[in-house]
Amino acid sequence: MSEVAGGSLPRSDSSVAMESSPPSSSTSSSPPSPSDGPRRLTVTQLEQLKVEEEVFEIYRILRGIAPHTQSFMLELWRDAHIEFLTRGLGLLGPSYHVLDANRPWLCYWIIHSIALLGEPLDSELEDSVVEFLSRCEDKYGGYGGGPGQMPHLATTYAAVNTLVTLGSEMALSSINRASMLKFLLRMKDSSGAFRMHDGGEIDVRACYTAISVASILNVLDVELVKDLGNYILRLPTNDKNLKPPRNQICQTYEGGIAGEPGSEAHGGYTFCGLAAMILINEADRLDLPSLVDWVASRQGVECGFQGRVNKLVDGCYSFWQGGALVLAQRLSPILHKQLESFFIGGVQASVACNKSCNITTGETDLDGNLCGAGTSHAKIEGLSDFGFSFIEKQTECGPLFQSIALQQYILLCSQVLEGGFKDKPGKQRDFYHSCYCLSGLSVSQHSCSKDPSVPPPTRAVLGPYANLLEPVHPLYNVVLNKYYKSHEFFSRL
Amino acid sequence: MPSSVDEVDRIPLSARPEWSDVRPVPQDDGPNPVAPIAYRDDFRETMDYFRAVYLADERSRRAVDLTTEAIGMNPGNYTVWHFRRVVLESLNADLHEERDFLDRMTMRNAKNYQIWHHRRWLAEKLGPEVANKELEFTKSILDLDAKNYHAWSHRQWVLQSLGGWENELDYCCMLLEDDIFNNSAWNQRYFVITRSPLLGGLQAMRDSEVGYTTEAILANPPNESPWRYLRGLYKGNASQLISDNRVSELCLKVLKTSNSCRFALGLLLDLLCYGFQPSEELRAVVEALRNSEQDTVSSNLAATVCLILEITDPMRSNYWAWRRNNLPSQVR
Repeated sequence: MSEVAGGSLPRSDSSVAMESSPPSSSTSSSPPSPSDGPRRLTVTQLEQLKVEEEVFEIYRILRGIAPHTQSFMLELWRDAHIEFLTRGLGLLGPSYHVLDANRPWLCYWIIHSIALLGEPLDSELEDSVVEFLSRCEDKYGGYGGGPGQMPHLATTYAAVNTLVTLGSEMALSSINRASMLKFLLRMKDSSGAFRMHDGGEIDVRACYTAISVASILNVLDVELVKDLGNYILRLPTNDKNLKPPRNQICQTYEGGIAGEPGSEAHGGYTFCGLAAMILINEADRLDLPSLVDWVASRQGVECGFQGRVNKLVDGCYSFWQGGALVLAQRLSPILHKQLESFFIGGVQASVACNKSCNITTGETDLDGNLCGAGTSHAKIEGLSDFGFSFIEKQTECGPLFQSIALQQYILLCSQVLEGGFKDKPGKQRDFYHSCYCLSGLSVSQHSCSKDPSVPPPTRAVLGPYANLLEPVHPLYNVVLNKYYKSHEFFSRL
Repeated sequence: MPSSVDEVDRIPLSARPEWSDVRPVPQDDGPNPVAPIAYRDDFRETMDYFRAVYLADERSRRAVDLTTEAIGMNPGNYTVWHFRRVVLESLNADLHEERDFLDRMTMRNAKNYQIWHHRRWLAEKLGPEVANKELEFTKSILDLDAKNYHAWSHRQWVLQSLGGWENELDYCCMLLEDDIFNNSAWNQRYFVITRSPLLGGLQAMRDSEVGYTTEAILANPPNESPWRYLRGLYKGNASQLISDNRVSELCLKVLKTSNSCRFALGLLLDLLCYGFQPSEELRAVVEALRNSEQDTVSSNLAATVCLILEITDPMRSNYWAWRRNNLPSQVR
């Protein structure tokens, strides 16, 4: 990746992935105990060792075989995946009743996966999907988990992303945007966050899904955005006079973002929180250097990502963590500014920090709210446009993770030869992991492209170049050309 | 999934006299449903009756019983849970009974959003008198999986809303004693020292916590959790971080004994970026870690640290190179 700023070429990441003779991972080496003699391994260490063993066995096989066989092992089994996915849209077995309140999710996981593979959907099937999702739409706005169920933000996100992915006039015009906005406003909590459904739980997932839907449908407004940033952000200051109180925000001391204030930093919530903050143009209020440091540290010796510190690798975090780093790549000017402001020398820390924050965020008043009519007005004008301009700008920053290594984990450890993807060796495939492993593979393959609509160079794709997937819009996780089509459609309305 | 015993004993709703007045409402899947599920008969029937009482907004005891059956078959159906709460509130039902039901459900489905949300609703209704019971209950879940995200969130909510902080720091110590790599327990520890009304907050706790954390790091330098925790102790207070000798001495100690520990080097890098002035000894230890092949002679210690990390931490070589190219101008 010669694009890495500064021109100095770090060793190509393929050498990391292919040659990695399993170094001792963070948790596998037996803890040296200076005083109390040898200690037993903890649960965390034992589980980690077991997974490392299985993963390294697979990589050992790869290293031991002839190059052309290697390429065969690294192939993406397109036909098998398409068959597995397409079958999922047909009749599902009785054991799927546990997903009976997630049927728009099934549609999204499957249809988005098929779109990533660049496979067209039968037009009759497309119409059935539109018709079915309309039955999940509530008369007062939003989509439920199945016909007749209450509207729910997560299934609303899944339904809208599915319809955007289908992309037909019929699909896009089937969404009632006016009632959608009413539904989203009804889910808005006084804290600035969102709740999942009437009387439902409040968390960062709800914030992201609400904002993503509003943004993609071009209905994002000031009411929806109000105080949301205060819920997610962590002020990079120690000033006690600043609100919100440090203990009621979701970015944690670790750097990642938690589901709700106080909880542990987590990959899924970190993606959701970061994407939501970008969509409302307030990403500069996050402590981005510590966020990036935390996410980059989640890629482990297995080559895939874990969701939390000292937890096991899982293929689905290829998207949640890998995607968060791809988002961060496009924030490099803000990151650069925040890193620059690290230096405090002899100056008192919080003062120096406050100053630099104001440069990047505009003036903040004592409540930590943005003030000054000019600033807030500019922010309000094109609220729904931040998702569009974000992807339009070229990025000068190369990938912040080892993209080839990640692709290796996805292809060798998550891919199921009979079709579909799984969490890790020893687990079963499912549609959720298929969707997020493929999404992660796509963001990984395209991570070194300055412009996402330009195909990446051969060296950016592990295995045959035919493995290349469609690029996604990383803020919404829909295939990029589908996003453009819907953007054109909804900006006319 | 219902156990086979339930299925065998189950009398269809259509055969129960108390339901004879209700006309079941089938699901409106349309002529060409997508991803239709081949429901078992008992599931389909239960949901058809549920739709009937839900649409009729029937707030009765039998409606509660019906939601019990529906939840047993699919605890992920938030509409059923929501309606159950609506009915229980209308009936002024005995919520202690509800707690027993919920305990059983949670034990079987410990990672389900709806169950934990219902639990929070319930505990809020029952108030501070159940604080200890709720803490005990989350403990029993954490005994099975010490990193269950929902259980930790609920526990934090209980502490903040209902109280029961007295033994929480001890509980964290116990879990960390058991598994020092348990990052959820470290997170809980941070939660306690920053928010417990009994401890005086971060400022008051910092000193002793730095001691505890340093010990944990020295016992296991490759354990990321205490390294993150240590930085957390100085969050938003970089000047204190760089002026506290214990932090730089810890880096020095670890780098002397365990070569190129990425957490020690990463922390040192941040210290340098904040403007920390390293001692000659620390400088020498870092220089010694530098690969002799690297001919880039740099008087800049921060850049040197990055270069070392680019080689010794290959999974993050892109990240460290990026850090090297984005050093604050004052330390470049």
